[in-house]
Amino acid sequence: MTEKPKRIALIASKGTLDMAYPPLILATAAIAMDMEAGIFFTFYGLDIINKHKYNSLKVPPLGNPAMPVPMPNILGALPGMTAMATMMMKSWMSKANVASIPKLLDMAREGGVRMIGCQMTMDVMGVKKEDLIDGVEIGGAATYLDYAVDANISLFI
Amino acid sequence: MKGGIKLAEDIKVDSTLDCKGLVCPEPIVKTNMAIKKLQVGQVLVMESTDAGATSDMHSWAKRTGHQLLKEEASGNVLKFYVKKMK
Repeated sequence: MTEKPKRIALIASKGTLDMAYPPLILATAAIAMDMEAGIFFTFYGLDIINKHKYNSLKVPPLGNPAMPVPMPNILGALPGMTAMATMMMKSWMSKANVASIPKLLDMAREGGVRMIGCQMTMDVMGVKKEDLIDGVEIGGAATYLDYAVDANISLFI
Repeated sequence: MKGGIKLAEDIKVDSTLDCKGLVCPEPIVKTNMAIKKLQVGQVLVMESTDAGATSDMHSWAKRTGHQLLKEEASGNVLKFYVKKMK
C-alpha cells in the first residue's frame, strides 16, 4: 500500500514580481518531491495567473528599503522608478538564471499544481475567468479550506 | 537500505542530466522528471552548479525515497549519483 502523499496548500495574495516567486517555487519544488501542491490566488495574487499581467509583474521601489540602490527611498515615488526597479530586478534574475514567472507557471501546470482563482476577489477586481491562464479553477474560501485541511504545510504569502 | 560508500568508478551510470547554470527549483524539478524515465535500480547523475543543490538533493532523496549514492565536486560543478528505488 502506498502512503498518502504529503501536501502543501498555499495562498498567494500579492501581485508583485518578488512575491510571485515564493508560491510558484514552493509548489513546483513540492511536486518534484512527490507531494501534492495547490495555490489559492486571491486579491492581487490573481495577477500572477492573469494572462494580461503575469508577464509584466513589477517590483515596488517605494517603501522597499531592501532595494540595493543607495538613494533616499522617497525617490521611489517618482514616475518611472517602478519600471526601473523592475528592470533591474529582472536583469539580476536573468543573470542568476532564475526561471521567469511564465516558465514557473508552465512548470506548475505540467506538474499538476492545483491552481484556484478566488471568485470573490475576481468579482471585486473585475477579473473574468477568461482573463486567467488555462488550467485554473475558480473557487472560494471553502474550496481552499477543503484542500488545506488535509495539507501538511500551509502558507499565506 | 543505505549502501556503503562506493567509488564513482564502481557506479554504473544509466543517464546523465545537465542542470549546470540552473537554480532552485529547477535542478530538483528536472531530477524528479528524469528519474521517472528510468527503471528501478538504474542510476542517474545530475550535474549542477547551484550551491544550494547539495542540501536540496539530500532533502529530495529523503522525501522521494530514492537513494543518493554519492556526491562529487569538481570545480564549481557538483555531481549527484541517484539510484531509482521505486
